Amino acid sequence: MKKLCFLFAGVLLLVAGCSQESEETSGSESTNEDVTLSYMVWDLDQMPALEQIIEEFNTEFPHISIELENTPFSQYWDSLEIAGTGQSLPDVFWMNGPNVKLFAENDMLLPISERVEEDSYDLSPYPEALLELYNVNENQYAIPKDYDTIGLWYNKELFDETSIDYPDESWDWDSLIAAAQKLTNVDEGVYGIAAHLNSQSGFYNTIYQAGGYVIDTENNTAGHNTNEGIEGIKFWVDLIHKYEVSPSIQQMTDNPPTSMFESGNVAMFVSGSWFAPVFATNEYTKDRVDVAQLPSGKEKSTIIHGLGNVISSHTEHPDEAWEFLKFLGSERAAEIQAESGTVIPAYEGIETKWVESLPNFNAQAFIDQLDYAEPLPNSLQTRTWQQIELDYLNKAWTGEVEVEELVDEMVNEIEEILANE
Amino acid sequence: MFNKQRSNRKKFKKVSPMKKQDYLWAYCFIAPCFLGLFIFNIGPIFYTIYLAFTEYGSFGQKTWTGLDNFLRLFQDPNVLIALKNTIIFTGIAVPVSIFLSTIVAVLLNQKIRGVTIYRTLYFLPVITMPVAIGMVWRWLYNGDYGLINYSLGLIGIDGPYWLVDSNIALYSVIIVAIWAAIGYNMIIILAGLQNISPTYYEAAEIDGAGPLAKFFNITIPLITPTLFFVTVISIISTLQTFELIYMMVGINSPVTTSSQTLVFLFYREAFINHDLSYGAAISIMLFLIILLVTIFQLKYQKKWVHYG
Repeated sequence: MKKLCFLFAGVLLLVAGCSQESEETSGSESTNEDVTLSYMVWDLDQMPALEQIIEEFNTEFPHISIELENTPFSQYWDSLEIAGTGQSLPDVFWMNGPNVKLFAENDMLLPISERVEEDSYDLSPYPEALLELYNVNENQYAIPKDYDTIGLWYNKELFDETSIDYPDESWDWDSLIAAAQKLTNVDEGVYGIAAHLNSQSGFYNTIYQAGGYVIDTENNTAGHNTNEGIEGIKFWVDLIHKYEVSPSIQQMTDNPPTSMFESGNVAMFVSGSWFAPVFATNEYTKDRVDVAQLPSGKEKSTIIHGLGNVISSHTEHPDEAWEFLKFLGSERAAEIQAESGTVIPAYEGIETKWVESLPNFNAQAFIDQLDYAEPLPNSLQTRTWQQIELDYLNKAWTGEVEVEELVDEMVNEIEEILANE
Repeated sequence: MFNKQRSNRKKFKKVSPMKKQDYLWAYCFIAPCFLGLFIFNIGPIFYTIYLAFTEYGSFGQKTWTGLDNFLRLFQDPNVLIALKNTIIFTGIAVPVSIFLSTIVAVLLNQKIRGVTIYRTLYFLPVITMPVAIGMVWRWLYNGDYGLINYSLGLIGIDGPYWLVDSNIALYSVIIVAIWAAIGYNMIIILAGLQNISPTYYEAAEIDGAGPLAKFFNITIPLITPTLFFVTVISIISTLQTFELIYMMVGINSPVTTSSQTLVFLFYREAFINHDLSYGAAISIMLFLIILLVTIFQLKYQKKWVHYG
């Protein structure tokens, strides 16, 4: 009996010891040995395309096997932060704009600038704004994977019923408001537009269109309380309270704007290219809706954001990870993604394949806006100050407080965070 | 060696080698359980206390900041709102749900046909996931298409946005919390009721007591220990209300700030704003509040609880 007891204690110790041992004994660095890399992503819809990319990668590099792992977006960043704390990040993973500085400045990512130079890897096919997004302190951290811009989705059927011309690139804010006024029919439960409280698919776009800026990380300032900033934010609030062409924020909280648009209760909906595959498969929207460029304010603008593939600084196989990263950024990988219709590939020239995969829509509108697109604003603590934006602006959207009255306090709080970064 | 042990026997009550081995076995058997308890429950408690005295940076970097987080608690307007909401929530939900569950328990203690079906129905919310409850009630409360406003519309009343109106969102959630709590409280009170010996009632009847007199003079005093238990447990769980608000109001609603409770605020700070240290300070504050309330209740139970 005593023996059994010792055995039990032994097993316990062994289990405890194992986890340590595995960390110590690894770290091989030869080129053609069999190697396994982990690759973490968050979008189930893109898995088939990614699996095909990995398959083709393996015909070229049979000794590098890739473990593809999908983590839902809601848990993605928490899991990565915990993994980062325990020095056990996946070898290669998806990165986005709001998080890249946080990871890069905490030395969680492998800078690739040197490798790009050594291999004379061509970065020119990728949009400038995206390369800039993943360039932190003069170091490149990601090869762009895909991108999205914001467009004006509209319901053709509702436009036809009120005999208004469809939106096009000549539209400005006034044309949008005029059309929304004609389209609104509250008795029928139809609104011209959904003025949702949303940064990336909402007020960031209009702040830039008004000629303003969101944050300036060099001087640690926020631009919400400049005249242009206020104008860009007020545009949305006015749609609800002044022109009364949008559902109230109460309505949009109970019934998300997406569902209102998908059921014909809202005629226009400002949102990203990521809705293209969604609307293309929805029975109601696939033949009834289309998309146009965002209307211009003082100038034309749209928010561009896109994912990049990054390598963890903890990886034991940086050379193999770099090979994989290059393949993920290659023209061939871009083609496979474009054909799946899920995302606009970041590789120049391949976007047309994405546009072709969506014959129902004028998807080209998203790509035409690339010239004047602004990258999604980010800093080290992006998530924290974006929460502050939401908390304050909610009061403006409900109509409790005027935009002018709350922006100063909001900007103070945001600037305090920026200054402490 | 054995001699020595034998001579010590009297002092330590006899521990024979046989028994000793039994003890060893016992320890072996409770070890996994204890390890689990320590790693997942007791350890984190101390870690939380430690965290509250630090500033939590990204990727587990911590710097010792002493009482800073606690000082911040006193200046944070959100803490005040959350504290007020938590008190309102508990102050309404606990008494009302206990009152209603006592009535339901008394009714379900009758010998009526199909009583088990009713008991099951009242107990159903308890075995349903809070998330599912939150989802369904969200639909019911929907301002434009909800069943509640539809029914109100039939009699000509224009219902509000139950969950997006800062004046009533908190109360809408309280109603659901009461509804969900009745089943659990009812079962415990029902058990208390069934422990009352029928002889008391028989004696009272001989003395000519009516149903009301019996209820107030026999039933109520005899279930006070049960009511006490239910009150303590309800207050503790209601002070920790989170899932219903998270599911029904959500993180980014215009009324999130005005209807948050302490645990909800803790969640926002710790897991949305990633300020684990401040979150830890909030949870310690909540722990102290619960501790005080419970001590107070235990002290003052003599005044109203009768142990038969």
